[in-house]
This record gives sequence, structure tokens and C-alpha cells, in this order.
Amino acid sequence: MQKIIKSIIVFLFIFVLLVFYNSLNRETNYSTDYLVGNKLTNINLKSFDDNKIYTSEDFQKSRYTLINFWASWCAPCRIEHPYLMQLSKEKNLKIIGVNFKDKKINASKFLNELGNPYYYMAKDTTGKQSVNFGIYGIPESILIDNETIVLKKFVGPLNEQNFNDIKEIINSL
Amino acid sequence: MLSNTGNFLLFINIFLSSLTIYSSLKCLKIKNNYIFKNIYQISLLQSTLVLICFFTLTAAFIVSDFSLITVYQNSHSLKPLFYKISGTWGNHEGSLLLWVIILTIFSFLFLILNKNHPKNYRLYTLIIQNLLILGFLLFIIFNSNPFSSIIPIPKEGLGLNPILQDPALAIHPPLLYIGFVGSSIYFSAAMASMISNYSGSLFAQSIKSWVLISWIFQTLGILVGSIWAYYELGWGGFWFWDPVENASLLPWFAMTALLHSLLVLEKRNTLYFWTIILCLMTFTLSVTGTFLVRSGILNSVHTFANDPSRGIYILIFLSLMIFASIYFLFSKYKPTNDLINSNSKETFVLINNWFMMFYLITVLLGTLYPIFTDAISNNKISVGPPFYNSVIIPVVIVFLIFMAIGPQAKWIKNKFSNLRSTLLILGGAIIINFAIVYFLKSYSLISNLILISSLFLIMSSIFDFFKKSRLSFPRIISHLSFGFLILFIGLNHNFSVEKDFNLKLGEAKKIDDYEFALLDLKLSQENNYKAVVGKLEVNNSNTMKRKILYPEIRIYDNPQTLTYEASIQTSFLGDHYLTMSNIDRSEYYNIKFQHKPLMIWIWISVLLLSFGGFLSLFKNAKNN
Repeated sequence: MQKIIKSIIVFLFIFVLLVFYNSLNRETNYSTDYLVGNKLTNINLKSFDDNKIYTSEDFQKSRYTLINFWASWCAPCRIEHPYLMQLSKEKNLKIIGVNFKDKKINASKFLNELGNPYYYMAKDTTGKQSVNFGIYGIPESILIDNETIVLKKFVGPLNEQNFNDIKEIINSL
Repeated sequence: MLSNTGNFLLFINIFLSSLTIYSSLKCLKIKNNYIFKNIYQISLLQSTLVLICFFTLTAAFIVSDFSLITVYQNSHSLKPLFYKISGTWGNHEGSLLLWVIILTIFSFLFLILNKNHPKNYRLYTLIIQNLLILGFLLFIIFNSNPFSSIIPIPKEGLGLNPILQDPALAIHPPLLYIGFVGSSIYFSAAMASMISNYSGSLFAQSIKSWVLISWIFQTLGILVGSIWAYYELGWGGFWFWDPVENASLLPWFAMTALLHSLLVLEKRNTLYFWTIILCLMTFTLSVTGTFLVRSGILNSVHTFANDPSRGIYILIFLSLMIFASIYFLFSKYKPTNDLINSNSKETFVLINNWFMMFYLITVLLGTLYPIFTDAISNNKISVGPPFYNSVIIPVVIVFLIFMAIGPQAKWIKNKFSNLRSTLLILGGAIIINFAIVYFLKSYSLISNLILISSLFLIMSSIFDFFKKSRLSFPRIISHLSFGFLILFIGLNHNFSVEKDFNLKLGEAKKIDDYEFALLDLKLSQENNYKAVVGKLEVNNSNTMKRKILYPEIRIYDNPQTLTYEASIQTSFLGDHYLTMSNIDRSEYYNIKFQHKPLMIWIWISVLLLSFGGFLSLFKNAKNN
């Protein structure tokens, strides 16, 4: 009996230490990478002009959809904007812009100035809806297919590399 | 220059540590009760050199010698002198040096202050302590050397994180380190006790003062940390169940349990193995805490920089400690027939230990659980205050009652002769509680029970004080102040007022009993930061009191950081606490106002708690 207890204690400590070891090599920052490969459910976004709610159905119409979270007050959003403008010309892709914690008038001004790449315009004035998408800062973009499965997630402004990746994925078929 | 001196001293220390171990082993072979004189000398030299080594680093910080990476990364020539000095231990490398200082000095003091204990026991303690010292010195030299130099020499340093530039945080690490690094000495002593078969009440006597010292400093360290969190983090709370706070609380629970079980070992010569386990557990938990906060597994202000190699080293060290402890425990463990009467002081002390273990396991689970779920199932979860509050608070009620009754019990066999007075006190506590609730109009069952049980403990302790029987005065102080601590936390929690609103310059707002007005905004330029200082008037229409508060938004230069400084007006009745933050692209400021009753008494209670420890330490020193 005593032997069993002793082995259990030793085993328990080994287990704890192994978990510690394993945790050492992990990304410590809050990561939403696990979203990739998962299906987005419970999509419920208010349209920019308040007269419609976008749900999963709206996302199934296009082969690919890029959901882009942006705001007029976000400087990096300006940097990625030209890439979005170019992507908006792609046949297989529709871009949804989710206007994040922003004022309508400022957002409109931003789009008038830099162009509107968005097929659908949604908004998240309180920032709560974006939580479902694993967003913790903007800009962020999520590429999904017509079954709302997340193919890729881009944290921070899109760059040349991301732009090419997206193009490659949507033109692969 | 300073880099070479420091490195040289580190290597000399490694040599001296090895020499101590070698000489001690040699001395063990000789069968008499004398320890070689040169062992004392080496130990003294070792302590002196490690201090000089530390002062070398301090000097580098004072003269801003940016040829050292540590100084370059954590200091700046324009920083006030005080923070240059505290910068020495305000970083990973320097703080490890502080570790080694405490390990070494405690090792030396234990050697010279325990001359009436057997030679073998003292020498084994010295050997094990020096193995620990060696481990940390190697860690410093190979992984975290504070004396590493950088070429070319930078002209200016990167500066110390502004939220760490604070008097409370300057003294917080040394206090806490004396606490949990100090526990190393009874880890070593416990191992030595098993190896040299030196058990029983004499062993208890040899470590009692050390347990008390580490407990006192751990308590003070936690106190200063909470005070800092209270006014610096700007949330108005003082305990957040943050994993880092928990890491300091875990050894504290083990120490408190140890402090009590030592009483039994000393007086009744039982619970030897349990006491040993607690000794080993305290330091192991301290190192575990260090591992968790330094390896970057947990994110916090204590994570100086993420470096997995650091974590691996501490983990190896921790594993060695744990398996060595387990090995000796298993090979030396003999089941003892400790007959303890269920109604006796021994039982009450054991009850204290059960409670401490319950708290310890709860907090340990809460802290480790997220790490485990993440490692095993990739699931990110967080365990927050609701878990701790709902598990711990109800248990505290019972705990306080035992804390009041326990000390009156007699050793071996107790009789409840004073049941009447106990019931009387309980009745008194209930009446006072309802008076408080009646006048202040707040009600919840659990908070009533908390108030009643803490009042019960307070009144019993005061009652004990006048009895002048054989009850120890330090014990009364500690238990009394713990009762006060819970009482004030309970009152503070129940009767705090919080208001959150936006205000622009010249505007006034009335919310319930309070009227707020933002009278003025000033820009001020200080030595190492600029600040926007608000002038806010707070009127309470109930008490007709008028307060002016000056919250600040600070913009630090090096490194460029924005911090919000709370303006706090403290009085014996309560604190007025106000923070102001700017809102992007708006002329409005977000104001968070809190009235926190009896806040200062929470701090005073903890001070008094550790003062009880001090008294006990003096009493113990006098007796021996």
C-alpha cells in the first residue's frame, strides 16, 4: 500500500514538472490561432446603416470572404487599405468591413478619402461582437470559405506577404 | 572595470561555496563536536564578498555605467538616485544576486547562531544551503549575468519601467525575498535533520526563529505589494488574485502552517514528519512561484523578459529539489504513533494546518489550472476572483471561530470550562454586527457571518489579553490583528462607493450624494515625466464634506509610457480615491471615483500581524 502511495506521489510530481516544461515552449500571449480550421458560428453583425443584420447565410454566398476589422481612428488601417482596395477587385472574394468602435461620420469620411473596398459594411460600436471572432486589436482580418470555416487569420495590418497569400488561396481552384 | 570586478567576485564566490562543501564533508569525517575554524572564516568571507559583489552592481547603477547590459536595459542617467539604487534589484539579473545574498547570509548566520546544536546537523545544513547557493551562482553566471558587458558602450540607458518607479516597489522585492528566500534555510535544515537523524523539539527550536523571520518579511512584502497595487494600478482594489500575488501567498500559507505545527513539535515532540514536509514545501513553493513568474508562463509586471532558457534552468533546479526531498522523505519516513487527544491544543493546531492546506490547495489549483488546461487541451481559461471568493470566504468564517477558540485550549487534554464566556462573546459579536448593518444599511448573509466571526475573534482575543493566564502575548496580537484584518476587509468591501463618469473642464455633475466638478487642468514638467494634473472638487451632500483631489496623467520619457496616477486622500475613516484618464479624440475625461471606508486600517492590521511575529521572535530569542 505504502509503495502505491509513494509511486503516486512521484508520478504526480513528474506530471506537474512535465506540464511546466511543456508550457515553457508555448506562446504566452493570448492567441486566437486556434480559430483557424474552425467554423464560425453565431455570426450576428449589424449593418453599417443599421437596417440589416448579417448572419452566416450572407457569408455563404461567396466562395471566399475576408472579414476585415477596421476603424477610422486606427492608423495601421490606413496602411493596409491599398491592399484591401486591390483585393476588392478579385472575383472569388468578397470583403466585409466591420467598423470597430467608431463614429459613423468619421468612418464615412475615411472611406470617401481612401476608397471603399467593402462588399458588405457592418459595424460593432461596442466592440462586443468582435469578441466572437477572437479579435483583440485592430486591424485584424479573417479569411473564411463559403462554409464559414476560418482559413487564415491576420493580426495587424495586411502586408505584401499576406496579400499574396490571400490571392494564392482564393485563386487555387 | 565594474564588469570585471563583478565577474571576478562571482567566480570567487563559486570557489568559496565549493570550498565550504568540501571542508564540511572533511569535517564530518572527524568524530568530535567541533567545526573547523576555517569553515566559519570561509562562510564569513563568502557573505562579505557577495555583498561587495552586489554593491559593485549598485555602483554601476549609480554612476550609470551603460557598459553593463543590465544597467543599460534598466536605468537612465536622468533617473532620480533613489530609483537608480532600487534599479539594482528591479530586474531579473540583479534580483538573482539579491537571492544569492540572502541565501549566503542566512547560511552564515545559521552556522554561527546555532552553536548548541550537534555538529553533523549544522554541517549538513551548511552543505545543502551551499548546494543551493552554488546552483543559483551557476544560474547567474551562465544564464543571467548582471555583469555582462556590451560593446560599443551605449550613450544612454533604456530606463526603468515607470510603474516600477515607486518607493513601495523599491522595498517590496527585498522584503519579499527575505521572506521566501529565507525559507531556504529551513529547507536545508529539514534535509539535514533527516540525514543526521536530529529530530524532535530541539530541531524545532533551531529553526523557529528562522521561520518567524521569513514569515514576518513575507507578510510585510505582501503588504507593500498590495499597497503599491492599490495606488499605482489605479483600480482601487488591493488584491486581485493575480497569479503573481498567489505565488507570494502560497509560501505564506505553508509558513503559517509551519509556524503552528512547530509549536506542537516543540512542546509535545510529535508531528515531526509533517513539520519536515512543511519546511520542504515552503521553499519548494517559493521556487515554483519564481519559476512561474520568471519563465514567462504567466504574464505580469514581474515577467522581466521572456526567455525560455531561464525557465528551463529554474525547472531543472526545482525538479532536483523536489526529487531530493522526496527521496529523503521516503527513505527516512517511519510511521509514528502520534496519539493526539481530539480535544486538546494539538488538535486545534492541526485544525489550523488543515485550513492552511485548504487555502493553499485552493490557490494552487486556481493558479495552475489554467496552465494545465492550456498545456493539455489547448484551452485558454482564466480563474478569477469569483472562484477564490466563493471557495475561500465561507471557509474563513469557520476558520476565524477556530482561531478564537483554539489558543485557549490546553495541551494534551482540554476541558471547555469557559463555554459561557465564549457564548457571551458570540452574542456580543452578533449584536455589534447588527448594529453595523442597521446604521449602515447593507445586507448579505455571508458578509454578516464574516463580520460576526471576525468580531468574535477580536473580542475573544481582547478577553484573552485581560485574563493574563499562560496565553502568549505575541499570539494574542497576531490573532487579534488577523480578526481586525478580516473585519476591515469585510466592512470596506460592503460599504465602498464607486462612481464612473465622464467630465470635461469646467463641468459639474451630481450623482447620488456626490457632486463632482473638474475645476482645472494643468500641465507640469517634472524631472523624468510630464503630467496633466486635474483639479477635481468632490462634495458630499450627506456629510457636507468637500474634498479637492489632484489625479494625474503622466507621460514618462524613458521609456515613453503613459500612466494614470490615482489621487488618494486618506483619513482614518476612509479613502477618497480618484483616477482620471483621457478619452481619445474627445475633450472629456473619464473619472473613476471611489470612497473606500477604513482602508488604512487594513494596512495597519497587517502591520500589526507582522508585529505579532516580531514579538514572538523576541520572546523566542529571550527564551533560548
